[in-house]
Amino acid sequence: MNLAIEIENITKTYPGVLANSDVSISVNSGSIHAIVGENGAGKSTLMKILYGMIKPDSGSIQIFESNANMSSPKDAINLGIGMVHQHFMLAKNLTVLENIILGIDKPLLKNIKLSKYKSEIKKVMDLYSLNINLNQYIDELSVGEKQRVEIIKVLYRGAKILILDEPTAVLVPQEVKELFKNLKELKDKGVTILFISHKLDEVLEIADEISVMRSGQMIDTVMNNNVSKIQLAEMMIGKSLPTPPPRITSSEDEEVLSINNLSSIDEDGRTVFKNITFKVHKSEILGIAGVEGNGQKEVVESIIGIHPLDTGEVVFRGEDIKKQSTRERLESGISFIPEDRQLQAMIMDMNLTNNVIIGRQNIEKYKSSLGTVKTRNAAKESEKIISSFEVKTPSTNTLATALSGGNQQKFVVGRELEDNPSLLIASQPTRGIDIGAQSLIWEKLRNSRDEGLSVLLISADLEELIGLSDRIIVFYQGKLVKELDADKVSPEDLGGYMTGLKK
Amino acid sequence: MKMRFRVISLSAPIIALTISFGLSSLILLVIGKDPYETFRIMFEYGSTGKSIVSIINRSIPLYISAIAVAVGFKMGLFNIGVEGQYLMGTLVAAYIGAQFSIVTPIHILFIIIVAVVVSSMWAAIAGYLKVEKGIHEVISTIMLNYIGTGLIAYSLTTLFDEPNSNYDLPRTAELPETGKMPSLNKFFNIEDLQDLHGFLAVAILVGILYYWLVWKTTLGFDLRITGSNPIAAKFSGINPKRLVVIAMIVSGAFAGLVGLAPLLGYFHRYTIDFPTGLGFAGIGVALLGRNHPFGMAVGALLFAFLQRSAQILDLNDVPKEIEKMMQAFILLIVVVFYEVIRRFIVKQQIKDASKRTDE
Repeated sequence: MNLAIEIENITKTYPGVLANSDVSISVNSGSIHAIVGENGAGKSTLMKILYGMIKPDSGSIQIFESNANMSSPKDAINLGIGMVHQHFMLAKNLTVLENIILGIDKPLLKNIKLSKYKSEIKKVMDLYSLNINLNQYIDELSVGEKQRVEIIKVLYRGAKILILDEPTAVLVPQEVKELFKNLKELKDKGVTILFISHKLDEVLEIADEISVMRSGQMIDTVMNNNVSKIQLAEMMIGKSLPTPPPRITSSEDEEVLSINNLSSIDEDGRTVFKNITFKVHKSEILGIAGVEGNGQKEVVESIIGIHPLDTGEVVFRGEDIKKQSTRERLESGISFIPEDRQLQAMIMDMNLTNNVIIGRQNIEKYKSSLGTVKTRNAAKESEKIISSFEVKTPSTNTLATALSGGNQQKFVVGRELEDNPSLLIASQPTRGIDIGAQSLIWEKLRNSRDEGLSVLLISADLEELIGLSDRIIVFYQGKLVKELDADKVSPEDLGGYMTGLKK
Repeated sequence: MKMRFRVISLSAPIIALTISFGLSSLILLVIGKDPYETFRIMFEYGSTGKSIVSIINRSIPLYISAIAVAVGFKMGLFNIGVEGQYLMGTLVAAYIGAQFSIVTPIHILFIIIVAVVVSSMWAAIAGYLKVEKGIHEVISTIMLNYIGTGLIAYSLTTLFDEPNSNYDLPRTAELPETGKMPSLNKFFNIEDLQDLHGFLAVAILVGILYYWLVWKTTLGFDLRITGSNPIAAKFSGINPKRLVVIAMIVSGAFAGLVGLAPLLGYFHRYTIDFPTGLGFAGIGVALLGRNHPFGMAVGALLFAFLQRSAQILDLNDVPKEIEKMMQAFILLIVVVFYEVIRRFIVKQQIKDASKRTDE
């Protein structure tokens, strides 16, 4: 079989970091080749090198058995390599057609021959059996369709090798199925696919060969049919997988949070969420499932007073807190882990000690009677979090931005669990972090729950949601459509309710 | 560890200073002047006793103005209106202060309070407009500067004009002796030189107050986190609207002190030629000093030194505009190098953090 890609002895170091160390990999033409590894294992560095975005220190790359010397993505595109990024690069106020041809023509003041492009793109779509309405605006498309636009875009530019960076991270199970069908079709037509992921089930379903990376090194490349999920996971993290302990306590009857008939309408008169009613008991994890944009994010933000409400009650420990400010709510025992740690939870250019104080500026522990900040207490607290949450950092004086994503998130979770809150709202608590940090956060959440904490958990990772939650409620189009017992639901069922296919 | 980064941070202004001296030399060469000789004359003149007192006097309002701007900068708020705020405050304080006489400390304190209240109220308008009407503070403060200038011109010629004055131009009545701030000459045993403004003591206190407020108090913490990440600040329970108004008022309060050094120490009344432009100059000093109380003090002294020493140039047939160009060079270059150094330090920290991870 011909080789589409042959990477030999690639090494790339950043100051102090060995991002790729002597990495070699061969990818057969017309196959689906998965690269798995934890965050920070060096997958994205390798892909950026392959796509011409960064230059390696040493090593060589061959594309279709001829030497490739790339210095920009443009060179990579010319060699037939296309990349679908995790975050789509689409202009949402343009049509699909316009997005696909965007940047192809030189920017001159001339008439764009839309019909010519249209027929060319149609040909590509027919060839690879990819279907989409070219005249629709990107705004109107689902996430899966947007991804398909990205794929058509790179194929139209002549890509024979497709790099997909965490393509399933944003999709629901039904969309994943659709994507996999498309990918198999592409493979049959001779396209080579590099599939970057850390979801082992998906990799085992789709890939012909699987390469595992760990701390900048290529551990091994194996055929799909003679490897198990557990073997892969062990190769990835270098030790056996931790198994979750069964829960020892059961949730209590006491209602910690009770949401009654909550509704919110935005400035355009659009319903953001409507008539939402649910309860969270003491010592219980209530999971919220929903595709992004179905109102669940706004509901939890309204619980801490950031998103405005029109009607309804938010009763926390027997008291309606609707009139309280965000600060009062946070100080009365509600903790919040926002979904975006760098944007919403931390100040990246401040050190860890200062980051401990955020959200608790006015409690007695951190504010003296003179109105000054008690830095010493904050330093002590951050020491405590660093040791109990195994945050890897040189000191408490290190800037938050210097930490890896997993360590940042562990620090945020540690901060929010400090001082024993009664209710923790955790939005995507383990998004985009490595398995080690993920299992530590899971363990901490479970332990806190067993000790009496109530948790409201939002997650796009359905296995996390099912594995951690006691009950799950599903949001669809701003409404609470279903309540499920977490023990008795499969990811497929959940996906059905989330997309409105099941009722 | 932290020490090392501090030393590296200091290199930015030094590099900026060196390069801007180099660029100015080039320009001097182009117009046919000897740069070495020019700078020599400047330093010689700038280091005479008389000049040193003048430099300190000039730097006092510059420094306070920089602090007023820096309070806003710290939370990402651009108060371009320090100019209008201090002029308004000074005019009203000068007028009211001249109406009566009590013992000196109380009289001066009263004048200070009037200036601070007027200036902070004028600044609060911009805060209110931003919070309630969504008008960006840069636009509103610039407009308020124009409105303030007009109001001052009008009220100075009518309401506040000295009654029965035989002086041609409009001006407020002179402050009574009790309203004049004593100079520090006796305190420092300076003889045969002009007055060293007593307001220097206030400026030093203001620097300390600013440091305490921004780096030690919870309010300052809220300002700083809002400045570097407004979204995270909101999630931490800060009410951004309230904080914007508070920050504008605090910034305006500092602005109220800007005009008092010349008023209480030298002019003793508001006249048509009362120094203007201090509010804008403060923006440059705040940038140069990176909003740090010590850095801004050095910046204010540096700019005051350049202004003073440039006065000798005309006598030596060198256009003294070279001084304005040097200030501009310094500002432009220092902004670039601060960013370069900031990135370098972040990189170093990331390197240190990953070393730790490898262990």
